[in-house]
Amino acid sequence: MKILIANGYVIDPSQGINGGKNVLLENGRVSGFLDRGEQLPDGVEVFDATGLVVAPGFIDLHTHLREPGAEYKETIASGAAAAVAGGWTTVCAMPNTDPVNDSPAVTRFIIEQGQRAQLANVVPLGALTKGSAGKELAEMGEMKSAGIVAVSDDGRPVANAGMMRRAMEYARGFDLTVVDHAQDESLSVGGVMHEGHWSLLLGLKGMPAAAEDVHVIRDCVLAKLTGAAVHIAHVSTRASVDAVRRAKEMGIRITCEVAPHHWTLTDEAVADFDTNTKMSPPLRNHDHVDALLDGLKDGTIDTIATDHAPHHADEKALEFDQAPFGIIGLETAVGLAFELVNRGLIDLGRMVELCSTNPARIFALADRGTLSKNAHADITILDPAYEWTFDVKASKSKSRNTPFNGRAMTGAAVATIVGGRLVYLNPDYTRITDTKQRNATAK
Amino acid sequence: MTTDAVFNRKHLLGIRELEAGEITHLLDTAETFREISKRDIKKVPALRGRTVINLFFEPSTRTRTSFEIAAKRLSADAVNVSVSTSSVSKGETLMDTARNLEAMSPDCIVVRHSMAGAPQQLARMGNSPIVNAGDGSHEHPTQALLDALTIREYKGRIEGLKVAIIGDVLHSRVARSNIHLLTKLGATVCIAGPGTMVPAEFNEFVETGLRVEKRIEDAIEGADVVMVLRIQRERQDTAFFPSMREYAVHYGLRRHHLERAAPDAIVMHPGPMNRGIEIASEVADGSSSLILDQVTNGVAVRMAVLYLIAGGSHAEVDVDKLAPVENQAKKQKGSIG
Repeated sequence: MKILIANGYVIDPSQGINGGKNVLLENGRVSGFLDRGEQLPDGVEVFDATGLVVAPGFIDLHTHLREPGAEYKETIASGAAAAVAGGWTTVCAMPNTDPVNDSPAVTRFIIEQGQRAQLANVVPLGALTKGSAGKELAEMGEMKSAGIVAVSDDGRPVANAGMMRRAMEYARGFDLTVVDHAQDESLSVGGVMHEGHWSLLLGLKGMPAAAEDVHVIRDCVLAKLTGAAVHIAHVSTRASVDAVRRAKEMGIRITCEVAPHHWTLTDEAVADFDTNTKMSPPLRNHDHVDALLDGLKDGTIDTIATDHAPHHADEKALEFDQAPFGIIGLETAVGLAFELVNRGLIDLGRMVELCSTNPARIFALADRGTLSKNAHADITILDPAYEWTFDVKASKSKSRNTPFNGRAMTGAAVATIVGGRLVYLNPDYTRITDTKQRNATAK
Repeated sequence: MTTDAVFNRKHLLGIRELEAGEITHLLDTAETFREISKRDIKKVPALRGRTVINLFFEPSTRTRTSFEIAAKRLSADAVNVSVSTSSVSKGETLMDTARNLEAMSPDCIVVRHSMAGAPQQLARMGNSPIVNAGDGSHEHPTQALLDALTIREYKGRIEGLKVAIIGDVLHSRVARSNIHLLTKLGATVCIAGPGTMVPAEFNEFVETGLRVEKRIEDAIEGADVVMVLRIQRERQDTAFFPSMREYAVHYGLRRHHLERAAPDAIVMHPGPMNRGIEIASEVADGSSSLILDQVTNGVAVRMAVLYLIAGGSHAEVDVDKLAPVENQAKKQKGSIG
């Protein structure tokens, strides 16, 4: 199967490419760039990408797919459908399922369910500790053989520094990146939103920024001690960004991600007690948001990750204190990233780096995050001028928990190709054509 | 006292969103209603045929009784519903509860809940007018209104007064509503208590009129009103102070503290009191204490709130409707005959 993505503007930071090119995909791999007017191989389907941006497939390092265990919130198939509709060709499934992915059997199950869905690449993370209980190391080696790409106890911060040290040392032996949900629970216990002006006004218990800060600083110190590759999940505070920046300057192997809601909204959004503004880490104030934007601009923040966290409407219909943390994010993340481009904070090249090049590097995903010859034919096609409004009722996710319903955005992923197959095409676009028309389009 | 402002909101969820004029209108209306409770026949037909549901997710004697009496003195049918928050764990959501009650077509739902924001959520999910009777550590608007009515009764005004609020401000919905109300009406509020319960962020809580002190003596200095907050042991997951004994010594209000206050200073407490801890009995029962007047004014304030919310008409108080029930009945008989 051959596809030519014709007339698009190609951005591939992995090769420093920024310009008009035709991309040829053959048998699930990138076979190279064709110059305009060059003879096409036989039997090529042509996708006319005139006016569109062609980027290596976007990779989300932080996705909760809820299967196995909570299929009423999301399944691997529904999550993967939401992923490709949002422009993500690869999603990294967090291990906090039921059972926790702390064994090769669960790892293989997740991979197989992903393959069955035939949408996005679904690559699992394994637990850092058994049952993510923070007590004993999980079987990282066995899970790596089964296909995990990193280890994490996401959602269950590793409280004990000694345990974290051992986990980092052990993971390093298998070249597995350690992902930490950095939060000192002795400081954040009982908290449901950011601690500050708004938590005082609303009478809700706050989670101080310090709860995240002390753990990020601890993790930087432990990364230096162990030499492990450490990735900080969803940074949300100024001091976290500062700590990562300093650690990088010192040559420590540390990376970090930011979730779109953390730069888009502030804790003021909680004022109506809408439980779709409840997540962990929580929405912070303007000062923290400014620090995140600085980190996105100067390279301290390596990647944009969705922290897609589906919850059923009945669970979110509880009191603010009782509702679970988290929001869905796969279908809004790229639109919210375009807001950064539209505000002039980052350029499109940086956006592709944040969503594709860097995440592939952080989890060492071979032949992804690039359009180099023989890379996987995973491609995200963007229309920076596409004006749209997010309608959660049309979401491919099984859950509806989002604060962004009805948000007008400019810029979106309009087509998604995974392994050389077109797995998503925005209904407003019908530009995939057959070979007979290629002469008309691929000039 | 006359104002141009009226109160025409559908819900009373908190004081924070109210304008000074709306607060004054509520207080003026409450003053009109206060007289009814002094009559022989303490009942007027203002809300006849209306249904008020008191939906209490948290135990309360004083507030629930006060709302119930207020509704009955206005001839509304008051129904008390107590819901254990443990029903949440049985799977019934806040929304289910609200929809069930709404199907019975109440004219107003009075909500008390141990978790902040529950009345806001009910107001958003449903169609019934909601009155917040206290939600977690968030707001307790009718308590602030009755406190203000009491202050106005004894001091003649709110504007320009100095009010000290002492104790566990962090966990207190009463303190939050009072800070909003008093500063909106031009009083200066000074809060003090243990550092664990009066965090420095309170300095930016409202735009003007609020000061934070470490020592209660400094907050009480020159105060016209001293409000003492209840130590709410039930809202504390970890210890915020070492012992009741130490709290009583350093943060409990005693008679000698009042020597620093303005002459004729008044003392208030939202109740129920922990005597000997946040307030010494000699102060609670002393001549400057208005704690029972607060309870009396509570009924008047809740009558005003129910009248303005459940009455369907948000105009000035209709004097005819305030005529005793008996007279109304006679009038009607007369017209038939």
